[in-house]
Amino acid sequence: MTMASPFSWLKPEPFGLHVVPADAWIDPARAVDTALVTHGHADHARGGHGLTVATPETLAIMALRYGVVETGSTPVAYGETVTLKGGVKATYIPAGHVLGSAQILLEHAGERVIVTGDYKRRADPTCQPFQVTPCDVFVTEATFGLPVFRHPPIADEMAKLLAARQNEQGRCVLVGAYALGKAQRVIAELRAAGFTDTIWLHGAMERMCRLYEDHGVDLGDLQPVAGVPKAALANSIVICPPSALNDRWSRRLPDPVTAMASGWMRVRQRARQRGVELPLIISDHADWDELTQTITQVNPTETWVTHGREEALLRWCELTQRKARALALVGYEDEDD
Amino acid sequence: MERFAALLDALVLTPSRNAKLALLADHLRETPDPDRGWALAALTDGLDFPAVKASLIRSLMAERVDPVLWTLSRDYVGDTAETASLLWPEPLGQRFPAPTVAEVVATLHATTRTTAPTILADLLDRLDVNGRYALLKLATGAMRIGISARLAKVAFAQAFSVSVEDVEEYWHGQSPPYTPLFDWAANGAPPPRTDLLPLFRPFMLAHPLEAESLDLSEYAAEWKWDGIRVQIVHVAGETRVYSRSGDDISATFPEVTAALTTPCVLDGELLVRGAHQGGETGGAASFNALQQRLGRKTVSKAMLAESPAFVRLYDLLIEDKEDLREWAWEQRRPRLEALVPRLDATRFDISQVIPAKDFDDLAEIRSRARDEAIEGVMLKRRDSPYVAGRRTGLWYKWKRDPLLIDCVLMYAQRGSGKRSSFYSDFTFGCWNGDPDAGAELLPVGKAYFGFTDEELKFLDRHVRQHTVGKFGPVRETDKSLVFEVAFDSVHTSKRHKSGVAMRFPRISRIRTDKPAHEADRLDALKALIAD
Repeated sequence: MTMASPFSWLKPEPFGLHVVPADAWIDPARAVDTALVTHGHADHARGGHGLTVATPETLAIMALRYGVVETGSTPVAYGETVTLKGGVKATYIPAGHVLGSAQILLEHAGERVIVTGDYKRRADPTCQPFQVTPCDVFVTEATFGLPVFRHPPIADEMAKLLAARQNEQGRCVLVGAYALGKAQRVIAELRAAGFTDTIWLHGAMERMCRLYEDHGVDLGDLQPVAGVPKAALANSIVICPPSALNDRWSRRLPDPVTAMASGWMRVRQRARQRGVELPLIISDHADWDELTQTITQVNPTETWVTHGREEALLRWCELTQRKARALALVGYEDEDD
Repeated sequence: MERFAALLDALVLTPSRNAKLALLADHLRETPDPDRGWALAALTDGLDFPAVKASLIRSLMAERVDPVLWTLSRDYVGDTAETASLLWPEPLGQRFPAPTVAEVVATLHATTRTTAPTILADLLDRLDVNGRYALLKLATGAMRIGISARLAKVAFAQAFSVSVEDVEEYWHGQSPPYTPLFDWAANGAPPPRTDLLPLFRPFMLAHPLEAESLDLSEYAAEWKWDGIRVQIVHVAGETRVYSRSGDDISATFPEVTAALTTPCVLDGELLVRGAHQGGETGGAASFNALQQRLGRKTVSKAMLAESPAFVRLYDLLIEDKEDLREWAWEQRRPRLEALVPRLDATRFDISQVIPAKDFDDLAEIRSRARDEAIEGVMLKRRDSPYVAGRRTGLWYKWKRDPLLIDCVLMYAQRGSGKRSSFYSDFTFGCWNGDPDAGAELLPVGKAYFGFTDEELKFLDRHVRQHTVGKFGPVRETDKSLVFEVAFDSVHTSKRHKSGVAMRFPRISRIRTDKPAHEADRLDALKALIAD
């Protein structure tokens, strides 16, 4: 027997990170016996696992999404530590991405590894802020891992949205926003900007908004758009999932100004491809500055990059003389966020 | 500059043509001179700053951004100016006031290659991200935002309720910022004088023939020659040769320019002499020979001797001071026939009317035409005036059927602009022998159109799922997909490994039903060569 090399207990496999001594998988892309889930987005939180270890909020989101409470689920509150098989300790730390999102700190054989899942560093009234935690290996996402991605202050984007609502008389503004997290954040930020009118919701948004409210996030007056006459929606704001933006569903609205809340809106052609008239650069992922700032603050011995535009982030690590590698994980999507 | 930047952004994000027109028209009406004129010039490629090229942007960025990060960003965004506008470091502290468009133009005009880097950097520091994008687009002249010169002219006409034909005509004598043009349209001043200038007149164009048949007592048939459509203008001792888009190409074809000394405006096809049987008068070479001469700023004596150009005339728009454009084609035609004998016969001949008895006879003649300098047949309504653009029912083009060959997809590259996230540029190949006996595929051409949006999505997915290698932005596929490629002609080429070059190739069908080894061999393509 040779001595195990550092971090060999954590193996990147094509469909997820395998915590070998615990035989547990982090955000696996297929059903496994034990899954450690960072947050409730469908590409990270798939159903059908034997045991799901996640924050209570994430478990609630998964229960809402998949309609059944997982047979085995272990809720772990922020700051709490659970001990897994093989003596591996897992601690859930706020990641600032969406309600309940967590970084998972794994401790084994005297080594500390953090898997971020998805995260951001900007203030978000709908979830707890990212906590910088020291570790040896920092496993980071890189969805917006290119220096062209710099998300502007959200107040600027809210001002654009409110101005469009004001200026386009007789029309409504239809905002495409991811149903979990983005939609609630946009609504909460509109409220913070002083907008108190009813905000109208596509049917796919309703239950998730209610779940947020049940967790103490105040979203103000929300109403389903179904059955409301066109005229009543003039000069209003309607929120729908991005897939509904150019769908037949939107024909019930009064000549909508098509807006989309996404970090991709920073690139004109991406907005153009989506047929978006009003791009709102709002993301729940770290932009380039947040990614590089976070790696600098965490200052790990090694940085592993899970998904996104990893080449550029690896290059930055090389330029700043940090040890880094890309994990070729599959199954994470970035199309609409 | 903020206003112009906002206009550009709105134009980029507005898909509908009518909404684009409204945005442009509002801008032209509401922006004061000279900024609106400069904006118009910028949108229609009317500005040129020789000291500012895309290479300057790249070198400015190389001083500020790591080259690997730059390349990755540029590949992702798909546009150099936009990438630079996003990556430009925000200056610290209070920003200076943004420059006006007129100030930007004046500043850029005054730059030299030496001063350009500093001057452009100073301007960039004074603008926000959208302003930087607008500045770089304006400075390098590559707008690519879906605004054609035609659309801008329609918007101008709409802004001031004047006719597009007038705008087209008066525009050509003017240079930016077009103050006399705005004075005329916006303030009712007399139009700029055009009769003493060698101006471009908008071409009359044809629709593809879709009807099964036409009555030849109403329509005259002519050959459609495979050269480049030109307009030759001589007035007040000056001659200009214009291309279809209105570009002045007089210097590229000096022998043609020098040959016209009669005051008139002629419409015809520019061809070069060659061994091909060119029908009635004199032989024309294939388009390949003409291509050797296109795009050259200076022409060598050898080239003039080897590939002399001439014009096969289709129409007469103006003779002396008499504007014939309102006349019927059957009245203009005798005037043209009377004029041609007085022109230099080495440089000008007339495109003959095809003596067909009826439409079936014409179809028969067309199918027998093997001359490579013939692209098809034109059908012109005998009573049609010469009107700008494509007017329904007047002129039709009846092109030869395209040639077809089955090729295998080999490489794909992401497109630019709207297609920046799609693999949309395809390189395809034919087998250099029997694929079952170890033959290989050799690339024979590239195509980036001919497919629908749905097919593009399919192709993009295919490329991503069948990638076997990556070379920078290029992906090599597993060579499993067959395309039926349509093309107009194929020629020998020393520059390509396959030894052939196709003209105007496009994807005509995606043959998911056909296995790759049944695609065509190079010999089949070579058999179609027409040099």
